[in-house]
Amino acid sequence: MAFANVHMLPQVQPPAPAARPTEETAPSPPQSPTVRVRGFSRRFGDTEVLRDLDLDIAPGEFVALLGASGSGKTTLLRTLAGLDPADPEAVRAPANRAVVFQDARLLPWKRVWRNVALGLAGLDAADRARAALAEVGLEHRMDAWPATLSGGEAQRAALARALVREPRLLLLDEPFAAVDALTRIRMHGLVLALWRAHAPAVLLVTHDVDEAITLADRVLVLEKGRIAAEERIDLARPRDGGPAFQALRRRLLNRLGVDPGAPPPSPAQSSPPEAELLAYPTGEIL
Amino acid sequence: MSPVALLLLWELGARTGVIPANVLAAPSSVILTAWRMIASGELPWNMLVSLGRAVSGLVIGVAVGSALALTAGLSRAGETLVDPPVQMLRTLPSLALTPLFIVWFGIGETPKIALIALGTSFPIYLNLYAGIRGVEPRLVEAARSFGLGGRELIAHVILPGALPSFLLGLRFALAGSWLILVVAEQINASAGLGYLINNARDFARTDVIVVCLAVYALLGLAADAVVRALERRALAWRPAFIKS
Ligand SMILES: Nc1ncnc2c1ncn2[C@@H]1O[C@H](COP(=O)(O)OP(=O)(O)O)[C@@H](O)[C@H]1O
Ligand SMILES: [Mg+2]
Repeated sequence: MAFANVHMLPQVQPPAPAARPTEETAPSPPQSPTVRVRGFSRRFGDTEVLRDLDLDIAPGEFVALLGASGSGKTTLLRTLAGLDPADPEAVRAPANRAVVFQDARLLPWKRVWRNVALGLAGLDAADRARAALAEVGLEHRMDAWPATLSGGEAQRAALARALVREPRLLLLDEPFAAVDALTRIRMHGLVLALWRAHAPAVLLVTHDVDEAITLADRVLVLEKGRIAAEERIDLARPRDGGPAFQALRRRLLNRLGVDPGAPPPSPAQSSPPEAELLAYPTGEIL
Repeated sequence: MSPVALLLLWELGARTGVIPANVLAAPSSVILTAWRMIASGELPWNMLVSLGRAVSGLVIGVAVGSALALTAGLSRAGETLVDPPVQMLRTLPSLALTPLFIVWFGIGETPKIALIALGTSFPIYLNLYAGIRGVEPRLVEAARSFGLGGRELIAHVILPGALPSFLLGLRFALAGSWLILVVAEQINASAGLGYLINNARDFARTDVIVVCLAVYALLGLAADAVVRALERRALAWRPAFIKS
């Protein structure tokens, strides 16, 4: 139950809730959503991975997307990232968006700060990269080669690289699946702090129910190509594993077809099969 | 057996007449000859001529091989235009073209340099082309997602990603240029290490031949050291080089 203990390890102390600009609870359908998907379908060969899918994400909203392995989470995220072709009528997402991939995908031949500054225009690119690295607590590693970073550090660098662009939409594809449980808890705190500071809309793809409940305003379950379930979470952050948390957890696990009566998976077991591929990333995404 | 012991044994064999001088000169006489050839300027001059051939051929070969690899690696049209003929030609040993090159270019410097250029352009082409095509697509995709495209993508992702392969090709090219140089210089040369060796052969001067062989070896070592230094600098980001 690592994720219920998030408040016990406040590595990055989240600012007071009042500091968050979009704190009003449950931003029900706002004037102009950051992401708007209507009737989107995507097929690979004969299999229709996404089928007539609808999705709205409000500005500044933190959405977690749950789903079994192979349910199409990455496909949806890639579509929102503009990495896969999509009918602009069916999928609307801001041009100013940034992705953090499960494998950090830093260019190994560029020092960390140059990775963060990748594609930034302007003379202040180096300063902005440094500031972003300071925000994720990696300023001291800015001149390091990516190969020398630990998994958690690489993901923080990837977060800095995404945030330095001040995206309106931040797309996270299982960014913590590969790091150890303790680091993951710290990363949760960091992501929340960064989200409060920059207020992007966030889509976090995860297979981890606890992670979704700990972080998100809204949890979606992707199943058979569509959003099959949705839970709004109005609990104050940091969220502990109290009764409301547990009730949500049971409902979502039920929805995912897991017996919630069973003991919660240990961090080691909660990693999906994909996590084992990380040492040699293969073509899961490509 | 240690090299020193081997040298001593060799010297002993030469002094006692077990190894006649026309079979293999004694190490001491080789060193003496080397000194004399250096002092007279004969060795430095001919070495410079050989080195000039190798470097000219290599520079042309690297330039041509790189240009072809970039054409084939960076565009589909370039690939269909360049790759099939190059893949067809690469099975031909460059040295087999010697007679044809003599017919085309005469017996001066041109056929020698052309042979080296031809022989070195293949390893450069094959490795750089494979390197460009083998750049991790996930990194390309990530860079694209951060707004890089066209020229920036080539400069920041594709070329640095292909650099290790290029340097590997350069290593092969250097070794190849050396080999071709040795053979090409055996054919009607009026200067260079090969010319010295040919002359010495006619007079059974094994001491001169050994000196020239040693120079070939030393130059080969030096070339390898240059590539290694280049790799350490250019590939400093690789885990293998980070520690040192
Ligand atoms: N480029 C592709 N070509 C063919 N099939 C793909 C491709 N990308 C994903 N798929 C298939 O689509 C399904 C959903 O994949 P994905 O979105 O990666 O799932 P998830 O991220 O939820 O694990 C899988 O069955 C996968 O095999
Ligand atoms: Mg996935």
